[in-house]
Amino acid sequence: MKLDHLLKHLRAFLPPESILSEREDLNPYESDGLTAYRQLPWVAVLPETELQVQQILRLCYAESIPVVARGSGTGLSGGALPLKNGVLLSLAKFSRILHLDPVARIARVQPGVRNLAISEAAAPHSLYYAPDPSSQIICSIGGNVAENSGGVHCLKYGLTVNNILRLRVITIEGEVLEIGSEALDSAGYDLLALMTGSEGLLGVITEVTVKLLPKPTRAQVIMAGFDDIEKAGAAVAAIISAGIIPAGLEMMDKPAIHAAEDFMHAGYPLEAEAILLCELDGTNEEVSEEIKRVHDILQASGATSLRSAQDEAERHLLWAGRKAAFPAVGRISPDYYCMDGTIPRKRLSEVLRRIKELSAHFGLQVANVFHAGDGNLHPLILYDANQPGELARVEAFGAKILELCLEVGGTITGEHGVGVEKIDQMCVQFTSKELALFHAVKQAWDEKSLLNPGKAVPTLHRCAEFGAMHVHHGQTKFPGVPRF
Amino acid sequence: MNTTLDQFTEVIHQAIARRRPLRIRGSGSKDFYGGAPKGEVLDTTSYRGIVDYAPEELVITARAGTLLHEIEAVLAEQGQMLPFEPPHFGPRATLGGCVAAGLSGPRRASSGAVRDFVLGVQILDGNGDVLRFGGQVMKNVAGYDVSRLMAGSLGTLGLILEVSLKILPKPKTEATLQFEMDETQALEKMNRWAGEPLPISATCYHDHVLTLRLSGAQSAVQAAQIKLGGQMMIAGEDFWRGIREQTSTFFRDSVPLWRLSVPSATRARLPGKQLIEWGGAVRWVFTEGEPNAIRAAAEKMQGQATLFRSAKKPLSVFHPLPSPLLAVHKRMKCAFDPHGIFNLGRMYSDF
Repeated sequence: MKLDHLLKHLRAFLPPESILSEREDLNPYESDGLTAYRQLPWVAVLPETELQVQQILRLCYAESIPVVARGSGTGLSGGALPLKNGVLLSLAKFSRILHLDPVARIARVQPGVRNLAISEAAAPHSLYYAPDPSSQIICSIGGNVAENSGGVHCLKYGLTVNNILRLRVITIEGEVLEIGSEALDSAGYDLLALMTGSEGLLGVITEVTVKLLPKPTRAQVIMAGFDDIEKAGAAVAAIISAGIIPAGLEMMDKPAIHAAEDFMHAGYPLEAEAILLCELDGTNEEVSEEIKRVHDILQASGATSLRSAQDEAERHLLWAGRKAAFPAVGRISPDYYCMDGTIPRKRLSEVLRRIKELSAHFGLQVANVFHAGDGNLHPLILYDANQPGELARVEAFGAKILELCLEVGGTITGEHGVGVEKIDQMCVQFTSKELALFHAVKQAWDEKSLLNPGKAVPTLHRCAEFGAMHVHHGQTKFPGVPRF
Repeated sequence: MNTTLDQFTEVIHQAIARRRPLRIRGSGSKDFYGGAPKGEVLDTTSYRGIVDYAPEELVITARAGTLLHEIEAVLAEQGQMLPFEPPHFGPRATLGGCVAAGLSGPRRASSGAVRDFVLGVQILDGNGDVLRFGGQVMKNVAGYDVSRLMAGSLGTLGLILEVSLKILPKPKTEATLQFEMDETQALEKMNRWAGEPLPISATCYHDHVLTLRLSGAQSAVQAAQIKLGGQMMIAGEDFWRGIREQTSTFFRDSVPLWRLSVPSATRARLPGKQLIEWGGAVRWVFTEGEPNAIRAAAEKMQGQATLFRSAKKPLSVFHPLPSPLLAVHKRMKCAFDPHGIFNLGRMYSDF
């Protein structure tokens, strides 16, 4: 189909301002949060109604034009990277909260609604939406569903998949599906789980019903410094073993502590090799009881410094350093590359040691921030994109970190998604038969493979070219040989 | 164990070759649930054992045939539990059956369902291939979430070999309180209290009595008790077991038992003897009403109706799917089980 022809068809049901095809109009869409990858879409459309979404998809289906859906474009794995020959479908205009029911504790919202806006709307009822990815000020709930976004409170409150009830989804053929319901379960397969984290490959979301939780009466944070990262890891295990589920449990290593402290002046101990931030929430009585127990555990685990926030201002200050860790690292290095793997917590010190070795091998510095409660590791690789060849080295280093996560029994992505970024590592995590099943699932929803093609699941051909070996049960072919 | 696995694969290959469907079965504790089981039995009980359990990681991995009792006992030794409090419906209920049936117990409304705690699975698909999805970590978004899809799929997508579950510490203290009130008041209270930061872990309303369970730190449970009032129930644990296992007096009846899954604040009700759970989101109703009428009533409540237990079963035990969704289900079934050999008709007669 020619561009003129496509535009003519789109104009039949979309107002002119909802269709973008000039280069300067398309520029804002050329990448998402993973800016190393850029591509202008063929055409971008910004529908306002579900019917328009249906019409766009029907047209693309009839003409076999690929479609990439996009929310706020904050994704970190290139999931919303446009296709040269494809339509970019922005859901930015789907920005209304349709219904909020404080009694049933649910909110029905359009996919372009910002994550934080839901909690803000629920706040007068002392309710909130639990998943809080770091980009929650701008990221959209539709994108959160597509990526199964997490945040710092996942151990206690779960991921997006645990906090949504119902979706309205448009298939590539333009059909409307209601998945899930406002009840706690519905008949048939758990397609709600399947859709969550499917990275826009199975359908386009036009409505999301989320669960709202009562705001805990009280939250308190305690910070502990350690002279040895292994002791900090042991302290995490000791807290969990004591039967305590913290609302947030974060770890930072020395380079991350220094970057954050220079930037935010939160009062982090600069001599520490690692700090732990442990937040407890719940009823007043519960928090008092547990904060005391955690304090004792941290002390017994060899903490060299301990600080318990005395008021909300201090609590926010202690968190401010952690929450600003990424931009803080951005200040000390021209560029940084944020990785996202998950490991079993017990392997933490081993993984950090090997990341250090890799860091020396590649000649690139790393700062580590770690969602210690759920094992989600975010190594930040520091580099300078203006140095020729440095980005390639960073990507090679990143790939090694992900493969290390797999080797210890973890995964290549905890919360950022596969997108285009980690597509080759999918060949390492899954066997060809497992990948074939993913393709069969894709076929069941989108037989022409028009929705976000080329993302999330690699073709078997691509894997053959990548030449990866499958790491099974953490056993590589030559387990004794060091790998760099 | 490999020999058992080889046997499973062999049975599947033969089933494909002979076009003879298989009926995957653990102890049979949930034979009553879903469409009538058909086909040659593929018994999973010999594939058993806990593969990995690290209490401080909050994850347990076990084979499908492992007894739920055994898993719960091992967890209890470490002060931990399956957070979804699954019903066993029999002394030898297995983990595989628990996940395949996808049924959760009284703690569901506050903690989550089976699917919320499934982290990874190993399955045999309809080609007899061993496939692994998810893993043993809590955050994992690599590939489609096949693990959670297995929960409640009633064995129609594949034979579950092994499951990794997220587990949680047992609450330090539990207390059960009872209040006398009518149904409208009870629904109002359950919904309102669920919106407050109270440590409520289970609710049940029947016959003018609202029963609720508090779980958590001792001080928190005590504070909530003082705030809420009510009568303290001594035999709380037995009460909740009776509800979970459906052995309490309410469940002793020979009429068909329907399970209505509805938005929690729904006021409407079906005629018949009723028990409410999950903060109002589940209504158990004994009624001999006509299935289509019950389903229409459930739909009016924005919910769905399942014929949970009945001597006679209509064409569809589960709430019928709208045709576009049914079409997706059939294609999904085909993706996992292209020869159509697993648990035909257990979920819907179409597949």
